[in-house]
Amino acid sequence: MCKDCGCSVTEAHHHHHSDETLHHNPQLNESKTIEVITKILHKNDHEAAHNREHLDRHNVVGINLMSSPGSGKTSLLEAMAGLADFSFGVIEGDLETNRDTERLKRKGIEAHQIQTGSACHLDAFMVHKGLHHMDLDKMDVCFVENVGNLVCPASYDVGTHLNIVLVSIPEGEDKIAKYPVMFRKADLILFTKTDLLPYFEYDIEAEKEAARRLKPNVDILEVTTKDPQSIKRVIEWIAFKQKFRS
Amino acid sequence: MHEYSIVNSLIELCEAEANKHQATCVKRVEVKIGAYSGVEPHLLEVAFDTFKEASICKNADFIMHIQPLKVRCFSCKSENELITNRYCCPECESPNLEVIDGEEMYLMRLELE
Repeated sequence: MCKDCGCSVTEAHHHHHSDETLHHNPQLNESKTIEVITKILHKNDHEAAHNREHLDRHNVVGINLMSSPGSGKTSLLEAMAGLADFSFGVIEGDLETNRDTERLKRKGIEAHQIQTGSACHLDAFMVHKGLHHMDLDKMDVCFVENVGNLVCPASYDVGTHLNIVLVSIPEGEDKIAKYPVMFRKADLILFTKTDLLPYFEYDIEAEKEAARRLKPNVDILEVTTKDPQSIKRVIEWIAFKQKFRS
Repeated sequence: MHEYSIVNSLIELCEAEANKHQATCVKRVEVKIGAYSGVEPHLLEVAFDTFKEASICKNADFIMHIQPLKVRCFSCKSENELITNRYCCPECESPNLEVIDGEEMYLMRLELE
């Protein structure tokens, strides 16, 4: 029996398995099991790698911003506008509206809105389209502001270099322990709205500990837009990372 | 609910493989889902059962293997499964680990006809 296809042709009458043979026998008659072993999201990952190359060619650092809705992603970007030494643009993901893009443009930031409709996350294909609207030669950093969601965006590589995950004080404790997949993805965790700490029962040191239990080498900063120094520290972190990519 | 998007990608993959092998029907789909892949297995199953109707996987059984987080320790070289969220080596307590399985989703095997 032939080892290639399981047909009953003996060694003496060995044939070649050319495309022509397949044409004459276009269907499988028996069931067969095949090993595939491919990442389910391999097309997305391939596109993500392509996005990263595109950013690399323009010497731009890509940063994926992720958090729950209302943790302060857009406010952070607004606050950085007047303070950052590097120039940046934003690909903005939301289910509906252009409001975040309008907010950023009012601050003089180049921004392009992606409306995902009902999709709860951005994928590499959406970000690819967004990148074509960005003038990458004019920027050092390109942020992707993901859809506000602590679950779904964590499964998708969008083709950025770094992940920043925000968690705000009013969201309450235990967010890090409850959403480990997301916080494991973080290169930098930002505790935002820390000016509200006196009004909430929130043990920030315990939360930091939870973060480091999940990811021992993660960087952590505390941020409030009321204190420009705290925004500057985020800027310094990004500038530091950028230095090692140029 | 990104499980629907993931099932979409999965069915596309199954269709491509079935075409490659000139199969007319997929009888079984076996996947490996990492416990830390960010996917809820039950929702994935529901999504697959919903989407398979209009595809080559219409009559397919869906078999899921849940892969716990598996790590290799740089300090003591041991390989272990991590059951808790505490990210350190169960044998020597070192936080110096590399994840070797349990964060990804794979299509492993297909039965074609």
